[in-house]
Amino acid sequence: MIRLQNIEKVYRTDTVETLALNSISLDIAKGEFLSIMGPSGCGKSTLLNIIGLLDIPTKGEIKIDEQKTDSLSDKQLANFRNKKLGFIFQSYHLINDLKVLDNVELPLLYRESSAKERKDLASEALGKVGLSNRVKHFPTQLSGGQKQRVAIARAIVGRPEIILADEPTGNLDSTMGNEVMDILLNLNKSDGTTIVMVTHDENMAKKTHRLVRLFDGSQVQ
Amino acid sequence: MLKNYFKIAIAVLKRRKFFTFISLFGISFTLTIMMVLAAFIENVIGNDYPDRKRDRSLYITSMEERGKNAMSSGSPSFYFLNKYAATLKTPAKISICSNGGNSTNTYVNNKKIAINYKYTDANYWDILEYDFVEGKAFDAQQVKNGEHVAVISEGLKKEYFGDIPSVVGKYIEADNVQYRISGVVKNVPITTYMLYSDIYIPYTVSKIDYLNKDYQGGYIAILLAASKADLQKISNEYDDVMKRVPMENKDFDHMNCRAESYMRSFLNTGNEDSSGLTEALTAIGVFTLIVMLLPTINLININVTRIMERSSEIGVRKAFGASSKTLVYQFIVENLILTLLGGLIGIILSYIIIQIINSADLIPYFVIKMNLMVLLIALLICFVFGLFSGVYPAWRMSKLNVVTALKEQ
Ligand SMILES: Nc1ncnc2c1ncn2[C@@H]1O[C@H](COP(=O)(O)OP(=O)(O)OP(=O)(O)O)[C@@H](O)[C@H]1O
Ligand SMILES: [Mg+2]
Repeated sequence: MIRLQNIEKVYRTDTVETLALNSISLDIAKGEFLSIMGPSGCGKSTLLNIIGLLDIPTKGEIKIDEQKTDSLSDKQLANFRNKKLGFIFQSYHLINDLKVLDNVELPLLYRESSAKERKDLASEALGKVGLSNRVKHFPTQLSGGQKQRVAIARAIVGRPEIILADEPTGNLDSTMGNEVMDILLNLNKSDGTTIVMVTHDENMAKKTHRLVRLFDGSQVQ
Repeated sequence: MLKNYFKIAIAVLKRRKFFTFISLFGISFTLTIMMVLAAFIENVIGNDYPDRKRDRSLYITSMEERGKNAMSSGSPSFYFLNKYAATLKTPAKISICSNGGNSTNTYVNNKKIAINYKYTDANYWDILEYDFVEGKAFDAQQVKNGEHVAVISEGLKKEYFGDIPSVVGKYIEADNVQYRISGVVKNVPITTYMLYSDIYIPYTVSKIDYLNKDYQGGYIAILLAASKADLQKISNEYDDVMKRVPMENKDFDHMNCRAESYMRSFLNTGNEDSSGLTEALTAIGVFTLIVMLLPTINLININVTRIMERSSEIGVRKAFGASSKTLVYQFIVENLILTLLGGLIGIILSYIIIQIINSADLIPYFVIKMNLMVLLIALLICFVFGLFSGVYPAWRMSKLNVVTALKEQ
């Protein structure tokens, strides 16, 4: 499903060059739940962003569904992300100006869909994460765990084949973290969604199919 | 899609009340100033009562005499105009009248009221199309005989006589002289100062004014052309005559007294080398530019900071499938909605202020209106405004890299 070949990422600032990723090759199968671990600053987020086509590698190639991604235009990239990918961030990144329901509808705005369809799909997604009773709230009126569940609803509303989660439980206590983890596991099992998750928590990683460890930009396992 | 932009825009505006307030205030306040000003100018310049033949008339309203050590300027005298302007061949009709600004007192029930009076000839009533509420103007014979007759304004009628249906034939006292009223005309706003008056009387009644042989002396002449094409001919003939006019005395070696269009004479600055018109237009233009520039810059500034504030939103939208182009549209639409909303408030505010100005009667007989043109221009300005202040920030924002956008909190 996802194939990374010799991915290298170098950050250049005025004075220093950081080699954030060093020759990473990775195959992720359809329906796989993969976790990425490693110490802070080892390049986990960078790798996830590159898989999610949010960032461009300095060297190497990413293929998703046998399709090369390096020559896509801004519009094609946008379309690709919209259809295939769903993101979950450590700090939720909900839009505070919009109500919960409108936040969840967001990915559907960028594809053909009617207002009713959007509403139905968003309500359904919120149902899956157990937040049907919070649609009219604003994000600032929610707890951290609720926010992250809204973020998950937003990530799954467009039924993407791949979900990329960067420390989805990083800001949550263990109970809430487990709730969120259960939702992801269930999503992977019942819908066959491919999930790549960055985590610091060994217990969470143990529940996934496969674990990739990074150290200083290199793959160690 | 547009509906969604709209929904998002409204949500954003509602949530950011302070920002919205500042922006709306800036836009609507500026627009209000512009609109009220425009309505004023439009009315002062555009009001063509009673000189409806303005576009084929020339006005002689000011005179300047210069010498090495002397300089004198003012309105020409009856004597001068009668001798040099009234004798022109090309105009279809010529009228000489006092230039307004003469005032006297009269008494009603022991209450003093100040009134403006104006001396005119009979042609005055042919060239200018005053609307008579009742009666008629005095004729050439009455002027010749120096009869004590008068045309008064509706406003004076009301003030002097109260609410009575007809006053023709009644007498009105001004400057200790009794005048028989021959007609009542609709009010002329004071801003049309060359033709404004409360009471109009034959120039022959004034024994001093029209016998005085000085060149300057508080009168103006209106030259009516048979057609617009004749204006140039009149101007040429008049200039020829002027070249041969002897200097009034040896203090002066140079004299300037032009026959000009209404606009030019209206805005006359007395400076012989430049017409008041260009100066007035430049001044208005510069003023408009400054007035409009400040809020534009302000809005761009607010928008740039706000967009940076919203970088997380931009990152999220991009991550979930918004292309740069879509985002640019979204932000421009947001801005247009904001400015058009500001425009709407501005229009309502202007309307209210104009109503207040009119009802407070700050300027006698002056009623300003918002016309459709001013309204359209205001809306257009808003639109351009919204576009300008939106495009640059939107462009900045679309350049934002997703990962960086998401990192900035
Ligand atoms: N925009 C950037 N410019 C320069 N260096 C960067 C940039 N982004 C990341 N880096 C560097 O690249 C390296 C990897 O960063 P990354 O964010 O991927 O780490 P991480 O493994 O996700 O860390 P954490 O667990 O703290 O989130 C770090 O050394 C970081 O300083
Ligand atoms: Mg990270």
